Amino acid sequence: MVQIEGLTFRRGQKVIFDGLDIDIPRGKVTAIMGPSGTGKTTLLKLIGAQLRPQAGRIRVDGVDIHRLGGRALYRMRRRMGMLFQSSALLTDLDVFENVAFPLRENTRLPGGVLRTLILMKLQAVGLRGARRLTSSELSGGMARRVALARAIALDPMMIMYDEPFTGLDPITLGAIVALIKRLNDGMGLTTVIVSHDVPETLGIADLVYVISQGKVVARGSPETLQQTDSPWVRQFMRGEADGPVPFHYPAPPYLEDLMGDAP
Amino acid sequence: MSLLDGLQSLGHGTLSMLARMGRAGLFLGRLMPSLDMSLRRPGLVVRELYASGVLSFVIVAVSGLFVGMVLGLQGYITLSKFNAVNSLGVVVALSLVRELGPVLTALLFAGRAGSALTAEIGLMKSTEQLSAMEMMAVDPFRRIIGPRFLAAFIAVPLLTLIFDAVGVFGGYLVGVAMLGVDNGLFWSAMHGAVSFRADVLSGLLKSVVFGFVGAWIAVFNGYDAVPNASGVSRATTRTVVNASLAVLGLDFLLTAWLFS
Repeated sequence: MVQIEGLTFRRGQKVIFDGLDIDIPRGKVTAIMGPSGTGKTTLLKLIGAQLRPQAGRIRVDGVDIHRLGGRALYRMRRRMGMLFQSSALLTDLDVFENVAFPLRENTRLPGGVLRTLILMKLQAVGLRGARRLTSSELSGGMARRVALARAIALDPMMIMYDEPFTGLDPITLGAIVALIKRLNDGMGLTTVIVSHDVPETLGIADLVYVISQGKVVARGSPETLQQTDSPWVRQFMRGEADGPVPFHYPAPPYLEDLMGDAP
Repeated sequence: MSLLDGLQSLGHGTLSMLARMGRAGLFLGRLMPSLDMSLRRPGLVVRELYASGVLSFVIVAVSGLFVGMVLGLQGYITLSKFNAVNSLGVVVALSLVRELGPVLTALLFAGRAGSALTAEIGLMKSTEQLSAMEMMAVDPFRRIIGPRFLAAFIAVPLLTLIFDAVGVFGGYLVGVAMLGVDNGLFWSAMHGAVSFRADVLSGLLKSVVFGFVGAWIAVFNGYDAVPNASGVSRATTRTVVNASLAVLGLDFLLTAWLFS
């Protein structure tokens, strides 16, 4: 579904991706994992063509997305849903209108059909009864479910999740994990999850890419990654505080520093 | 060293200002073609016209009333020295329609509605709402920024007319009702001396220019804001400062062009 080939992206002097290659298969749940600051959200913005790479290309459903302009790009985006980490609900609209927004803007459906569709989407995320709440009345988990209903409103072919498990209580977390899996299997979607929450992501992913310092450092099924020989990947997967990625930011020797001898 | 530091920061400030002006130009180039949705869906503009125009009505009307009253009082005191109080209507009306109406309305609008526009768009950017719209195949320029720009652009001339009318009434209240200037002479002198074309339309042309520039500055600063709390706050301040300076500077140029 998405082929990323030789992707290079820089912000100023900082290299975010350096010849990245990723292949996201159709109909599967693919997880892209890595520590904070590795550019996972940037990667989703590159796939959605909100950012342009300096080199390489990204093909979505066989089309080089960065060669699309104006209307063609927007037509493609109608087929791509995205769930933002912050949910990004429109704050002046209630739950119903938030889910209705992409439909109202992109289609000319009659009112009755629109209402039925929205209620179906809200039912899928369990919030049909909350349709008249405003976004300020929603908890973080509810807001994320509304954003999920909005992301599937146009029946996309793929959906991208940006850190969907961050900051949720255990019940909501379980609900979101189950929802992502159910939507993928039930709607025949292609799912891309960007996350650093290891157990939740491995629980539903079919394929996992681990990226670090602009490159793919490991690729495989959750089972193979857990058996990995790489100490770096093992440290990340097990969430160990120290290892190849040191706990301490580079600093002069502790004692020297305390005694005031270090610069 | 400190001189070098000063020069460096001066250079840095100048470069970033030039870069911002360049971005503002590109922004306008992208904004203009995206106004098609506002024309096809006037409901979007009407809603924003309410937010920026109707809700600014009270501050503009009250300010217009007091400015007119002050003009009436000051005009009366000065004109009475020359035994020319019958020209009070002319003084009040010309001051308002040529200068004070367009300029003060634009300044009030920048403070009341321009800053709100910047804050709204800046916050939508920092909470990823604009980004989310792009991913929902909705162009934020056409759906969010265009209607707000057009509404602010339309609102300023309309509010200027209200400011002028209420101001003249304020001058009338002080001059005729309180200080005893002849009612008939107040209006007839005004009618005779104020030209619709040369004075009222020229003043209106000024307000159209101020509306365009003020709306552009407000929506651009919102869109260009650094997406965090201090960034939005700085952008809001910048809107009020830039719009006020632009209005006052342009006022001089337009006055020189229209009335000299």
